[in-house]
Amino acid sequence: MIDSNAPKRRVLVTGLGTFWGGRVAQALEADPTVEVIVGLDTTSPTVELERTEYVRVDANYSTLAKIVDATAVDTIIHTFLVVDPTQMSRRGMHEINVIGTMNLFAAASAPQSTVRNVVVKSATLVYGCTAEDPTWFTEDDLPSRPLTQPTERSLEQVEGYVRDFAEDNPHVSVSLLRFANVIGSEIVTPLTRALELPIVPSMFGYDPRFQFVHEDDVIRSILYVLEHNLAGVYNVAGDGLLPWTEVAALCGKRTFPLVPYVTRQLLGPLKRLGLVDLPNEYLTLLRYGRGVANARLKDAGFRYNYTSAEAVKAFIEAVRLRKTIGDHAPTYRYEQDVEQFFRHSPAVVRRRE
Amino acid sequence: MAAERSSFPTASPTPKPRSTRRPATKKATVVKESPRNVLKADSSLERVLARAAESTNDLLPVPAPSYTPPPAADDSRIRLGDVDEWGRSEHMREIARRLYDPIYRKWFRVEWEGLEKIPAHGGALLVANHAAAIPSDAPVIMHGIETEVQRPVYGLADFFFKTLPVVGTMWSRLGGLPAHPDNAYRLLREQEQLVLVFPEGSKGPSKMYHERYQLRRFGRGGFVEIAMRAGVPVIPIAVVGAEESMPIVAKLPSIAKRLGAPYVPVTANMLAFGPLGAIAYFPAKFKLKVLDPVHFNVAPDQERYSRSRIMDESEKIRDLIQTELYDMLKNRQSVWFG
Repeated sequence: MIDSNAPKRRVLVTGLGTFWGGRVAQALEADPTVEVIVGLDTTSPTVELERTEYVRVDANYSTLAKIVDATAVDTIIHTFLVVDPTQMSRRGMHEINVIGTMNLFAAASAPQSTVRNVVVKSATLVYGCTAEDPTWFTEDDLPSRPLTQPTERSLEQVEGYVRDFAEDNPHVSVSLLRFANVIGSEIVTPLTRALELPIVPSMFGYDPRFQFVHEDDVIRSILYVLEHNLAGVYNVAGDGLLPWTEVAALCGKRTFPLVPYVTRQLLGPLKRLGLVDLPNEYLTLLRYGRGVANARLKDAGFRYNYTSAEAVKAFIEAVRLRKTIGDHAPTYRYEQDVEQFFRHSPAVVRRRE
Repeated sequence: MAAERSSFPTASPTPKPRSTRRPATKKATVVKESPRNVLKADSSLERVLARAAESTNDLLPVPAPSYTPPPAADDSRIRLGDVDEWGRSEHMREIARRLYDPIYRKWFRVEWEGLEKIPAHGGALLVANHAAAIPSDAPVIMHGIETEVQRPVYGLADFFFKTLPVVGTMWSRLGGLPAHPDNAYRLLREQEQLVLVFPEGSKGPSKMYHERYQLRRFGRGGFVEIAMRAGVPVIPIAVVGAEESMPIVAKLPSIAKRLGAPYVPVTANMLAFGPLGAIAYFPAKFKLKVLDPVHFNVAPDQERYSRSRIMDESEKIRDLIQTELYDMLKNRQSVWFG
């Protein structure tokens, strides 16, 4: 299956220190057709990597053009996009998402650039969430109303840069993947945190339908579009929509209905106490939910391992396991000297080559 | 903006998803003799009530709602409960059918004509005139077709319902969904379901009593365009009775504006029944007539359809219903007894 004469990929992964960057790099390391993996981030990797080269950069990649030029990468996987607004300030998110993407594509579209493939990990947040929405958004749909939430707007601007780049560089295959609510055994999002609370918050009088995608399917889809050179926009989401009450029931939890009006003000104290942190994006989601059609990626041959329901089941199984045996996954700490030694010291016998 | 996004290179030229899932087809059962066929012959209220009282003495038992739900779909990986992708719950429908059946049979004494024109399978867009402050026609049509033709009906309505707590959820579980063209297309084309739409929108039920049975503008003809794109017929239904079940005598536009509601009515029911009138209907006699399906001889799935053709067809269907309504009203002797 693997053609040893095939040109080998040189890949740049942004956000190596994040959940996604680390996973993608791990998956790429297992692929013999990938020759070089360079990972950028502001923080050190949190997963063990064997041959990925980690480069510490500032949040908006001011040195990026140099790195792209020096490493002659042909593929960029842009996973460093913040979609969880609880993680940082609006300002910080803007720097990473919008300014970071702008600089990344500026570097990638330099005249001497060797980049031929770009994969961007966006989110279905760009469709917004209103009562007017169709039950299923397709990739060509626009938000029903102008976007108002910071994360949504930030991703919208990111997608603007991606589109511009795709238009200006027709020789580059650009894939833009929009992920639904990701859930699985390890990832932590505002939704997984809500589902791990003793009582799951819901919105009184509303029972919207949610769509999920399993974290493994996310990684698989990134590799899939890369492998098959699928350019364009693709929704990545599991089959089926689940009412929020069913999701909570799957997790064996009761729901606690929040007052549908002045919710933010009422949630303020709980947020201060660090108990419940549901950003606006998720409060509207608890009213109206969101569904996206995943047929385009399926038509391109991708097969999901998990439906929405199965992804939630995988999540809750992992939660149960953690509850019983504790979070005993070996904690990995990036030690620069050690990593450099393994990668570059002549003393290390590298069997791979 | 739209142009920008669509110019982004895409892999497949046909982004519209196409699933092959079909609803379980079922046989249309012959409508059994039911008390309302008997009631039809009566003309005075005493006799009606006497008959109704007799019928509870097991002379003519009211048949239990005869709708049998479709067999559980084989998508057990996708669905856990019985709430489908549109939010409709067969279990909730079942409860609603049981509760609503007496209202349907005893209160409104619904009578259908031409039910056989509703296809036993395949998608079709049902189009009817719309009336009553809280529209009573939608539940009557949905209940009637579900119990008598044995097919679920999805009702398209203003997304305003979705914004209401509790009501919005109930509406969704009972088969309502926002009238978005994508929703209608998917239901009609891919899932071959029956979809009910009131092209007048909220302009229909917000009519004053003196404007009854005068059809409003049929929107922008969007229903015709969707039927063309989905390649399904439009089946017009003329409804008599809804107008009188909850007539509007005054409207409060400033309150409506503040609430963000399409309209806030003062109904005759409120004047007659007090607070209870907000939800209680008058027992107007319902008569519904299904008209001949309107087929459009155009290829489905086209990017665009001729605007003039759409408006023509829309106007034609509006005319059909309007003419039929006048005919039915000509022959109506009593608002309460038909």
